This record gives sequence, structure tokens and C-alpha cells, in this order.
Amino acid sequence: MSEIHTDHSHDEHAHGEHAGLDKKKIWQVFGILLAITVIEFIIALVLIPGGHMSQHIGNFVYIALTLLKAFYIVAYFMHLKYEKIGLQLSLTVVFVFIFYFIVLMLIEGGYLHLHMPLV
Amino acid sequence: MSSLSQLDQVKTTPWSGGRSPWSVEYGKIMMWFFLVSDAFTFSSLLIYYGAQRFSKFTWPDPDLVFQSIPGITDSGAPLVFVGIMTFILIMSSVTMVLAVEAGHRRSKKEVVWWMIATIIGGLMFLGCQAAEWTHLFHEGFGWGKIPTMETLHHLFTGEVSTVSALQFSNLFFTITGFHGFHVFSGVIINIIILCMTINGTFEKRGHYLMVEKVGLYWHFVDLVWVFVFTFFYLV
Repeated sequence: MSEIHTDHSHDEHAHGEHAGLDKKKIWQVFGILLAITVIEFIIALVLIPGGHMSQHIGNFVYIALTLLKAFYIVAYFMHLKYEKIGLQLSLTVVFVFIFYFIVLMLIEGGYLHLHMPLV
Repeated sequence: MSSLSQLDQVKTTPWSGGRSPWSVEYGKIMMWFFLVSDAFTFSSLLIYYGAQRFSKFTWPDPDLVFQSIPGITDSGAPLVFVGIMTFILIMSSVTMVLAVEAGHRRSKKEVVWWMIATIIGGLMFLGCQAAEWTHLFHEGFGWGKIPTMETLHHLFTGEVSTVSALQFSNLFFTITGFHGFHVFSGVIINIIILCMTINGTFEKRGHYLMVEKVGLYWHFVDLVWVFVFTFFYLV
């Protein structure tokens, strides 16, 4: 338990913390992002026009796939998966607030939809 | 044991001082702070868009509005062009992350080439956006401007609403414009970093942390585009 923690010099940081994201993993993440986008296109161009999926359900699927893409970009490309848990949690709080704001404003929009005169 | 002796004990937990609990370099934390504030700006724009769209009875159908490939066809190809734009931006994000990876190995030559690839990707995206905007301007869209009723009939699946069309027009140009401005400044910053790499500034410094910080910004721009793409073109 007696690890000595001096302040992190740049050099130490540049070497120590960045194991885990090699070229193979980068291309793997790229493949996943591309595959998700292709799925979105299939939904938009084949499934919804063909009547296999309603627009309403499609929208939920789009948002779920978008959040999945966002996760892969933030976790791997922006390197958050390899950072300390403290930083991960601090940044997650922000997105919880944004999510809360989205829900609030969609409820507000739904209210306006029902109560505003037809324009 | 008195309470005084307990206070004297040296604590070794991450948050009891003497070390950096996040263990992230200062400039990177500052970049994260900036990105968080930028995320708030973008989300407030997109949330306003969502609330407006939710409150309206009709809205321009994206499959009908975005169905041209500038220079090739004027109609009949929904989402193809924006698909190309999305691919370009994701691809440039990959080349950026490869530049960061090369930076960890301190391979100056590889960093230079991946940065050049990233800059080209950014410029291609901006070119596509300019082409798309030009097409929409020709149709009659613009800030505070909507096409004639005759054109609008082809852009709505149901009833036509000029209020919805105007909201769509204003928000589309404002949000994609704000995003495009981010891409533009990202390209400028990437060019500066490329020049610094070629000059050997980072080699002398002993690390390529600046490439990582710019990389964070560039991935964030890609991240925002993922959301713009979903909410403007798919939903």
C-alpha cells in the first residue's frame, strides 16, 4: 500500500496510461460504427417504406443505435474507457443532466402539440 | 487512543490529497471541460429542435427534403449523400485516432500522414456540406426563407405547414451551420498541429499530448454529427 505518488509528469503520463487501444481495436470500433450506420440506413430505406416497421418504433431504434454509436466514440476514440473511474463518473453526470433536459422538453413539446391552436 | 492521534494518521485514499485522482494531464481536463460546455450548447439547440418538431402537427419529411446528390441527381436518392458525409466524418475520426496512436509510439512520420488524412477528411466534409446547402438554397430554403407552396407540397407527406417549414429551415441551417463551423475550426487547429509536428515541436517536447487534445475535439465534432444525422435525417 505504500506506493509513492509524485505528481504525474508528462512523460510518465504519455507512457503509462495508454495501453489498450491498438490499431486492431481502432479498426474494430470503426467496423462497429459503420455496421450501426448501415443498419440505420436499412431501417430508413427498406424496413419503414416497406411497412415492416412503423415510424414510431423506428425512431426509438434510431435513438438507441445513436446512443450506442455515441458510446463507442466516447469510450474508445475519446479514450474514456481507459481513464480513471472518477473522471468517467464526473463526465457521465453531465450526460445524465442532458438526458433529463431532453425528456423535459419532449414532454413540453407534447403538451404544446395538444394545447396550441392549429397552425 | 485520542481523537488527535487519529487525525494524525496519513490517509492514502485517492481523494485525500497529494496525488491526482483523475490522473489526467491538465490540458486534457481543460479540453474535457470545454467539450462539456460545448455539449450543453449543442444539446440545447437540438432539444429546441426536438421540442418544436414534437409540438407541430406536420413536419417536412426528411426522405423528401434530402434526396439529391449534388452534381449527380436532383431527386430519387434519399439519404445517400448524407450517408457519404457520415462515412467521411467517421473515417476522419479513425485517421485522427490512428494519429494519436502513432503519437504514443513517437513516430513523427506516421503522425504527419494521419494528420494530413484527417485534414483531407474534414475538408471533404465541408465541401459536401457546402454542396448540400447550395442545393437547399436553390430550392428556396434559407434563414427565414421557405420555398413556394408548390415546392412545399412535394416535401411534406401529409398536410403542408409554412410555420413548420420555416422552423425546419431556420433550425437546419443554424444547427448544421454551427456544426460545420466546429468542423472548420477543427480543420484549422489540425493544420496548426500538423505544422507543429512537421517542425518537430512535439519531438523536442518528448510527447504528442497536443495531438491527443486536438483528437478529443475532433471526435467530439464527429459525436455531434452522429446526433445531427439521427435527428435531422432519420427521425
